[in-house]
Amino acid sequence: MTVTVNALVITGFGINCEEEMAAAWQLAGATPRIVHLNEVLNGSVDVHAYQVISLPGGFSFGDDLGSGKVLANKIRFAPLPSGRTLLAEIRSFLDAGGFIIGICNGFQALVKMGLLPGVTDDGQEVTLTTNKSGIFEDRWVHCKVRAGTHTPFLKGIDVIPLPVRHGEGRLLVRDAALRAQIQDQGLDCMAYCTPQGELTGTYPANPNGADLHCAALTDRSGQVLGMMPHPEAFLSLYNHPDWPALRRRDREIDEEGAGLRIFRNLVEHLQALGTRP
Amino acid sequence: MRQAQPSVVQLHLDPTMPDVAGRRVAEAARTWLGLELGQVKTVQVYVIDFPLEPSQIRSFASEALRDRVLEQVVVDEPWSDGAYRSFVLVAKHPGVTDDVGISAQRTLADWLQRPLDTTTQHIFSQTVYLFEHAIPEASLRELAEQVLGNPLINQFRFGAFDTLPWVHPVVSLPAQPATHTVSLELPDADLLALSQRMVLSLDLAELHAIQAHFRDPAVQALRSERGLPADPTDCELEVLAQTWSEHCKHKEFNALITYRDLDTGEERQIDSLFKTYIRGSTEAIRARLRAAGNNWLVKIFSDNAGVVRIDDDRVFVWKVETHNTPSALDPYGGAITGILGNNRDPLGTGVGGAKLLFNTNVLCFGPPGYDKPLLPGQLHPARIMEGVRHGIEDGGNKSGIPTVNGAIVFDDRYAGKPLVYCGTGGVMASHYLGKPSWEKPIDPGDRILMAGGRVGKDGIHGATFSSTEVDENSPRTAVQIGSPITQKLLSDFMQRACELGLIKCSTDNGAGGLSSSVGELATISGGAVVQLDQVPLKYPGLMPWEIFVSEAQERMQLVVEPHKLDAVMELAALFEVELTDIGEFTDSGYLEVRYGEQVVAFLEHEFLHEGVPRKHMEAEWAAPELSEPQLPQPEEQGVVLLKLLGADDICSRERVIRQYDHEVKGKTIIKPLMGAAGVAPQDAAVMRLGFDSYDGVAVSCGILPRYGDIDAYAMSAGAFDEGVRQIVAVGGQLPDASDPTNRFWTVNDNFCVPDSAYHPVHNPDGKYKLAQLVRMAEALYDMSTFFGIPMTSGKDSMKNDFRIEGTKISVPPTILYSMVARVPDVRRCVTAQFQSAGDVICLLGRTYDELGGSQYYKLHGQLGANVPRVRMAQAQELYGLVSSAIQEGLVASCHDLSDGGLAVALAECCFGSGFGCEVEISVEKWGLSPTTLLYSESHSRFVASVPAHKLQRFLEHMGGHCHVLGRATLWPHMWVCSQGEPIIDLYIGHLLEAWQGGSVGGVA
Repeated sequence: MTVTVNALVITGFGINCEEEMAAAWQLAGATPRIVHLNEVLNGSVDVHAYQVISLPGGFSFGDDLGSGKVLANKIRFAPLPSGRTLLAEIRSFLDAGGFIIGICNGFQALVKMGLLPGVTDDGQEVTLTTNKSGIFEDRWVHCKVRAGTHTPFLKGIDVIPLPVRHGEGRLLVRDAALRAQIQDQGLDCMAYCTPQGELTGTYPANPNGADLHCAALTDRSGQVLGMMPHPEAFLSLYNHPDWPALRRRDREIDEEGAGLRIFRNLVEHLQALGTRP
Repeated sequence: MRQAQPSVVQLHLDPTMPDVAGRRVAEAARTWLGLELGQVKTVQVYVIDFPLEPSQIRSFASEALRDRVLEQVVVDEPWSDGAYRSFVLVAKHPGVTDDVGISAQRTLADWLQRPLDTTTQHIFSQTVYLFEHAIPEASLRELAEQVLGNPLINQFRFGAFDTLPWVHPVVSLPAQPATHTVSLELPDADLLALSQRMVLSLDLAELHAIQAHFRDPAVQALRSERGLPADPTDCELEVLAQTWSEHCKHKEFNALITYRDLDTGEERQIDSLFKTYIRGSTEAIRARLRAAGNNWLVKIFSDNAGVVRIDDDRVFVWKVETHNTPSALDPYGGAITGILGNNRDPLGTGVGGAKLLFNTNVLCFGPPGYDKPLLPGQLHPARIMEGVRHGIEDGGNKSGIPTVNGAIVFDDRYAGKPLVYCGTGGVMASHYLGKPSWEKPIDPGDRILMAGGRVGKDGIHGATFSSTEVDENSPRTAVQIGSPITQKLLSDFMQRACELGLIKCSTDNGAGGLSSSVGELATISGGAVVQLDQVPLKYPGLMPWEIFVSEAQERMQLVVEPHKLDAVMELAALFEVELTDIGEFTDSGYLEVRYGEQVVAFLEHEFLHEGVPRKHMEAEWAAPELSEPQLPQPEEQGVVLLKLLGADDICSRERVIRQYDHEVKGKTIIKPLMGAAGVAPQDAAVMRLGFDSYDGVAVSCGILPRYGDIDAYAMSAGAFDEGVRQIVAVGGQLPDASDPTNRFWTVNDNFCVPDSAYHPVHNPDGKYKLAQLVRMAEALYDMSTFFGIPMTSGKDSMKNDFRIEGTKISVPPTILYSMVARVPDVRRCVTAQFQSAGDVICLLGRTYDELGGSQYYKLHGQLGANVPRVRMAQAQELYGLVSSAIQEGLVASCHDLSDGGLAVALAECCFGSGFGCEVEISVEKWGLSPTTLLYSESHSRFVASVPAHKLQRFLEHMGGHCHVLGRATLWPHMWVCSQGEPIIDLYIGHLLEAWQGGSVGGVA
């Protein structure tokens, strides 16, 4: 008997990719539930009832004060009925083996609340800020997964095409020491690359000029994944900008989009564990 | 304990971090003003007027406001730096929505771990720009007003830099709320002066009607009985002016028109353009559908948006509006308010709560290279374009609605007033708790609730203002600022509340504010009582009439049954949406407006909604005397093609498209640019409706203002055809009344015309302009009824003239058709670019000698006479065959022919495909010159490519409509020959470079 994987999808305050995030979990075999962040903060929804928390993309609080910042502050400071903050609750959730994925604005919030990359456990360590180009862009890029990455989300993936849609996706790491730690611990789990898989800092293959060409970060445990590209926007082959040609070349091509693999990976991982974390 | 002085928090970028914003400012100053600023530093400033200890302010700033990696904090200290010699500070005017300040305030509440009073603004955000160079004050002012902010919404400080400045923009309105009476017992000249002074935009006939109403003894008796003054109150006049505005009542579209055709001598009366042609065509189609037992046309023209049926569980809601005048004054603010305002139409259709699926936008500007002198108050077209583009970007992206389709059209005559069309499609459950969602029931006793933003002086007189010409004294209160985040919270709440059955029905608060939204809803129940003192305000001091007509944004009007009030209030609190009970619906036959105990307006419904005098207008048509130009010996065709590809109307829109999120929601199947490299331009957009099926819609737009200078009928018919053929090109099928599968089409028509009311001095060619409008409407009727494609909603804009100091710039009469058609399986759709070398390239449809109004003639500064005509029967037959060929999988790619004709279409089919093409055009076969064959813009044509092994079947299927041109090649070259001689022989890379190098910016 397969284990039910309950996936919490947070929305509200300008988050706007909750519907496709829930569809991703659904198609991957999990049971998603979309809830307003205030339903968590007022205690009517308990994060511990879920195996995975997802923070979808969007423009929480309009990106005012910087992308993801006000949302991160809410999670850091606003009290639950218990008096604890949601961030404290999330740390317990992670200690109990739970998983978190933050995409785009969700990634920005995870970075600003200090959960990613989590090298020092001392608040915000890196930032995601205005693209080198200075503008928001929607375009498809290729991403290369770090070989042998420890996060189950990205298992078995090498190069994956995905759309990016952001104005503040440039990862900046303050100093060389931290940069080295991130690399040594393999936390920069995905990077922008050419279609052939060569990492690149060249625009537009690298859409934002990120340090380490980094498109996604994980933490040491691999339980937290944050990424700028949108796998939940590539659930179907027909999301790909070149789908007619891809299908022409391969009549038997899978109609499933490559982005779904990331969600399937986690569901399979949790099911393989067999018990709820 | 209130602090005497607010605290000032400065966030400085760490010097080791890249200052992208500063670099962008330096580039913009150089581009727009030729100003060299040197190094630019930006400082974000928060002025905090809230009782906190200094240590608390410091902790809050460094823990919650600052980005720990990027920024350093300075609190309550003068800051200076000798490296910078001049500065500009940009803050909001008092009372203008400050989203960043409000978000900072929300974060303060979280940080303090206690709720904060939200009725007062405590945190004010501002940005200071520091410049390395000493810049003269006049240049700083120019930089501030034109690049860094807009004087309509921003206040500025600028000068030589000493210490970092800040401002505290508190609203102070000394006046006490009061209502005054206004006597209409005046001579005509004074009545008109009164109308102008109060910005009522009422004409003499309308003023006389109001005068007569208040003189009526029965009205007088009732007023005296109710304790009201005999003269109308200011609030009553304002309500009448809003309700009777062109924007709300469409007086010209409902006018009685005498139409004379001077060429034929024919004269006839048209009893309302709207009833006769627009509503008339849809009624005719509805009758046909009903006769065939088909009823997907659910709701037309009677609500904020048209409604058609998808299936038993869902309906589709579709609305397109314009926001021209505000975009002329403040391009960014006008456009963002336009798109957000248009979003509220589907959201407030029927019960409300539709899920918004996509946005569209079609924009008409003066050319980016416009070089005529600018008039006072006129912004350069390139600046307007950038502002509008940015507004649409923020309006769509921040709301999480993909912008999937649109067009940009250029003409010198849009340099005074741009046209900004905003469209939104949505999907709504067909029933909420078993009740039909598209209906709008209201009963006496139902409560009137206002949801969303608070009311300030924003946008007062917007509805009347958009009915007048822009001049240098245009009141700045006419501009509103959209707040996508406020509206996102509101729409999330609306969707949940509707699903839970808490809302009986709703409408949006747009033009005319409460006076329009409550006024219109009250016609359903037959009356309303509104309590204005209950309306939440941004700041005190508004007059009652101002509260009633303010167009403060992001508000919806909800109708709630009394026993559901508590539940809906509780849900609103969860979603952090302000919701206020401001009155109730009645069946009294009167709109009664109170402020405290005082009745400030008491108007009979019958008079308010039916009392506006009917307009009589005159139209005179005489076909302009035009001829085909004699062009000098043609240039080399390759040179012509390169020029056309770089032309304003044709060149790549990639820079614009990339900055719109066009795939949020994960349902976009055909995006504006496709192919592996994302450079292949497409026709209609295609979206799927959900993740559990491949059911979808195709979305297109048709707009061809150039043709209107030859014949407005041909222009309107051609624009309609353009919209249809774009949908056919991706695989959409024409409607079939007998098809029981709800294969709907739903169209919005938007007329934007110059002042068409004849006046011997101010508008001497008004009769011709009105005749153009009539002909546009006739074409709409003919095309719509012939194809069975119905208008379901629309909005018109009548006075698109920019007038100053005796100069008038009038837009060319323009009509946009925005179309959505059901696509049963999006996987069967095709895209525009070639798919494989060896595929056979075919021209579908017939080419005529129709270069009139073409891009080819425009390139030569000519208009011509032979405007493209739509041959309806021929087109219908072709469209049926193309659709079925695509459905059967015979077609690899299909692209419609439009601006630039066959030559441009062939080049576009190569872009992003990786292939070239080798084609031959047959001069003998068609009896047309190569130039005509290459560039004629005859309607109802496509370039399709067909796999070689399917060619035989395809040719049999298409009959005489298909002409084989050649084949797609691995060699990335466009090679066109005629009579055995190559006439175009160019690398695709070369063509792509020309196309991407145009004025709109091919590559971001």
